[in-house]
Amino acid sequence: MSTMFDYEFMRNAFYACTVVGIVAGAVGYFLVLRGQTFAGHALSHVGFPGATGAGLIGLSPFFGLTVFTVIAGIGIGLLGERAHRDVAIGIVLTLSLGLGLLFLHFYTAFASQATNVLFGNVLGISLRTVIVLAILAVAILVALGLIARPLLFASLQPELAEARGVPLNLVSTLFMVLVAFATSEAVQIVGVLLVFALMVAPAATALRLTQGVLAGITVSMVLAVTIAWISLSLAYQTDWPTSFWITALGTSAYLVSGIVQRSMARRPVADGRT
Amino acid sequence: MNAIEFAKVTLTYGGRRVLSDVSFSIPQGAFVGLLGANGAGKTTMLRAILGLIKPAGGAISVLGKPPTRGNADIGYMPQARRAPTQTGISGLDFVLIAAGGHRWGWPVASAIEKEAAWKALEAVGASDLARRPLAELSGGERQRILIAQALIGDPKLLLLDEPLISLDAAHQRTIIDLVHEIGERLGISVLFCSHEINPLLRAVDRVLYLGNGKAAIGSVDEVISGPVLSELYGTSINVVRVAGRIFVMADDVELEGEAHVHDV
Repeated sequence: MSTMFDYEFMRNAFYACTVVGIVAGAVGYFLVLRGQTFAGHALSHVGFPGATGAGLIGLSPFFGLTVFTVIAGIGIGLLGERAHRDVAIGIVLTLSLGLGLLFLHFYTAFASQATNVLFGNVLGISLRTVIVLAILAVAILVALGLIARPLLFASLQPELAEARGVPLNLVSTLFMVLVAFATSEAVQIVGVLLVFALMVAPAATALRLTQGVLAGITVSMVLAVTIAWISLSLAYQTDWPTSFWITALGTSAYLVSGIVQRSMARRPVADGRT
Repeated sequence: MNAIEFAKVTLTYGGRRVLSDVSFSIPQGAFVGLLGANGAGKTTMLRAILGLIKPAGGAISVLGKPPTRGNADIGYMPQARRAPTQTGISGLDFVLIAAGGHRWGWPVASAIEKEAAWKALEAVGASDLARRPLAELSGGERQRILIAQALIGDPKLLLLDEPLISLDAAHQRTIIDLVHEIGERLGISVLFCSHEINPLLRAVDRVLYLGNGKAAIGSVDEVISGPVLSELYGTSINVVRVAGRIFVMADDVELEGEAHVHDV
């Protein structure tokens, strides 16, 4: 009897989902903790003209995507608090998609790939891409480990961290660069428009269910990988797109965690505290 | 040596002159209430003492040295500008991250940091709260944890920015008595920022009142008086003392009104 693992593209898809799930889970945890999820969302959109523009001049879309997201990441990091303006982010987001569309207009042969960039195409990932993703993932995780302590302090209590000598702008810019790299990894699985599903949904769910940072990051990574694996299996069974299943499972996990959190929160009230 | 010295200091915030040509000194070990209306420059003054902003003129001296960012001799408790992030992160973890959060690397606390954290938690009587998520604690309990954070590193000077905000009268008293007791026991100078004088009356040695770019320092009776406050507010102010409480009025409108909402 044949299983889905008999196919090379399925095996590659599982490898890629494992690698990207771990990265998205870890980086996403801090993104949610810092309340910067929309900055992450905007980063991936800025990647779209990068990908289509790279296609236009004959470069790899992944390369173009990464360059654009990293530049945008540095920009958001340097702007700091000023980047937390939803109108500004929304306008940059729209302009990015518009530019991407313009590049597609000039290079229609790329149009078939546009859907892949927008919604992901995990079943089309080569082993070579998996290796690139894995190397990049190790680099992202090591860098995250190096900045995790001041990042955590700056995320929870920026004023106190600043007074204690944490360089807030440097830490936040370094982090946004990591978010940019993690975003272009996640785009390979779920595409520019659905990065939230892999970066934010598992992390937000983990934050609701855990105490302690290490537990939170671990649960976030495990959730992201598990969601991606189940989604691949469901996509194999149903022939529906993997990205759809990832968004559906991510949303379900988040909703269920809300119910769990609420039922857990009722307990302490019983001992007379409000 | 004085804990804090301002010599003809001018501070600006967002291009606006918040303090001009202000001079005063606070001796080591004093408990000083920092008062003034919203926007009078209390937080800006604290940030200047922390070395986070440079004075536009004059010189500041903190414990005999110019202000430097990350000065371990200062314990700081920022104003709670927003609700704490809804996470399960415990009070202990918050204190630990304050103990070592400025270092690079993965957030695993060293034995020394753990010891310092427990010592600080004990000093504020919050050891039994430490394992609970910060977001689940009541306002008063949370302030204890945040004061414990400020005590990390055995500071000689405590800067507390509005620790009484959103506390009821009973919890306000507890927090003031706690800070007063810690200050006396450990010989720490305290600059306690508040927009209302009455809760502080039981503890302060002197008050530093900001208004209109100027500052007045002295005992409560010296500073909280019609002539001095009229000068600071730039308008006619009456000070009324009733049953051990002080009411500051301008044209029959009470200026320090907000805090009474919590009074029983």
